[in-house]
Amino acid sequence: MNKIESRNVDFFYGSSQALKNINIAIKPNTVTALIGPSGCGKSTYLRLFNRMNDLIDNTRISGTVMIDDQDIYAKGVNVDSLRKKVGMVFQKPNPFPKTIFENVAYGLRVNGITDKKFITERVETSIKQVALWDEVKDKLKKSAFELSGGQQQRLCIARALAIQPSIILMDEPTSALDPISTAKIEALIYELKKEYTIVIVTHNMQQAGRVSDTTAFFYMGELIEYDNTKTLFTNPKIERTQNYITGRFG
Amino acid sequence: MQLPDEHKLASSKKRKQAIAFWIFRIFSYAIIAILFSILSFITYKGFSAISWGFITQMPEEGMTKGGIFPAIIGTLYLVCGSMLFAFPIGVLAAIYMNEYVKDGIIKKIIKQMTNNLAGIPSIVFGLFGMSLFVNKLGFGDSIIAGSLTLGLLALPVVIRTTEEALKAVDDTFRQASLGLGASKWQTTSKVVIPIAFPNIITGLILSIGRVSGETAPILFTVAAYFLPKLPTSIFDQVMALPYHLYVISTSGTNIEESRPVAYGTALVLILIVLFANLLANALRKYFGKKVKMN
Repeated sequence: MNKIESRNVDFFYGSSQALKNINIAIKPNTVTALIGPSGCGKSTYLRLFNRMNDLIDNTRISGTVMIDDQDIYAKGVNVDSLRKKVGMVFQKPNPFPKTIFENVAYGLRVNGITDKKFITERVETSIKQVALWDEVKDKLKKSAFELSGGQQQRLCIARALAIQPSIILMDEPTSALDPISTAKIEALIYELKKEYTIVIVTHNMQQAGRVSDTTAFFYMGELIEYDNTKTLFTNPKIERTQNYITGRFG
Repeated sequence: MQLPDEHKLASSKKRKQAIAFWIFRIFSYAIIAILFSILSFITYKGFSAISWGFITQMPEEGMTKGGIFPAIIGTLYLVCGSMLFAFPIGVLAAIYMNEYVKDGIIKKIIKQMTNNLAGIPSIVFGLFGMSLFVNKLGFGDSIIAGSLTLGLLALPVVIRTTEEALKAVDDTFRQASLGLGASKWQTTSKVVIPIAFPNIITGLILSIGRVSGETAPILFTVAAYFLPKLPTSIFDQVMALPYHLYVISTSGTNIEESRPVAYGTALVLILIVLFANLLANALRKYFGKKVKMN
């Protein structure tokens, strides 16, 4: 069974087409990397999975996007519950201007959970999952802004994990971080794969090679090649992919 | 091709840079000099008039002596009244415009209207306030009519600064909140507004500065020429600082003799605006810190 599947997906910003006939199937508990030059549509594609593109005016999608065999763009789909299932991590760490604890508890609270014991447990579990607990356990009541960039990004991942999603979308999650913090996040992605399905947009070829099981190469709104990461990086079938991953363009 | 002499090129570049910097420098110092001379002139002329009695007593002897207490109180009432009206409406309108209305023709029209509203001369607001609040709604010359008129004047300022404050909130905060299954209202109230709050407050206080100095809108709607008693209800007239200044400088019983009072009044008015601006800064810093903590 596929966790995520997109069939014949076209996407438009106004009259300009950003995605052309994208067909991808993603297996559960895998990491899929979306790569390609800036403006190729990879971030747009990522944001289809939690319907984040709905927030942009004058956009249109055709084709189907299935998550757990349900068409998420069908009429009557509850977008809020979809987004509970599909967590998201952004390029720049963006903790809310709240305490460390409240950042992680936010998703639970907005979804109507009031049980204090449950919230405390979920917050602790989530922060432990991102290997941040030892660093913050004594300052949960402090502002999240007091953490370093790398810590903030892990906190943002914990925030996404707290509401127990099954998919995590990451939009260039390490591009604003130093190499050490990046290594921590990459190790984390490897751990999280056991429980979640991860889709990550990255500009960093080595990163895609290190963390992902499958890789999709986008170019000018088209999916050029989609394959096992190993195969795609060592033996790409299409010349354009070869040129991109070897740095000859893009 | 002959390249230009490196030394010549460098010195010509340096000269041009020096000239440009000097032009900028002269103009910025000129602005500071103008501002400083106005302030020091008013302070010099008005300082001798100011005393405890000046700010706590009624005007006496045809406004050439005594204090300006009723005008200070009047201005405070008008500022509070106009803000009670303009702040909630302006902030809610800006939130609606920025967070809820989709880009399109309607949003453009509303925006253009708001900008136009900001460009209308204040005397026109005065006339409008007189015909609507004073006459049509029958409030008469009163605090409420004057406050509503001043509120209308402040509305575009409040809307614009609030919009700017909301726009400054990075979109990924909204996306992160919505991405956790929060509704639009939860996102707006729990994430966006708290982040924007320090700047919203700044907008409020800047519009207080604007409102407290306006003369034209209160001319036909509330301001009394001379009223040596304090108002007892919102349907009373009041004296106000800018109008008092206008009156004793143009049509008082003895203009020459009331000059010190005029400068004293001007100084008090400037101090109030200055105080409002300092308060704005302090509040922005205070809430800026607090926002990070909650």
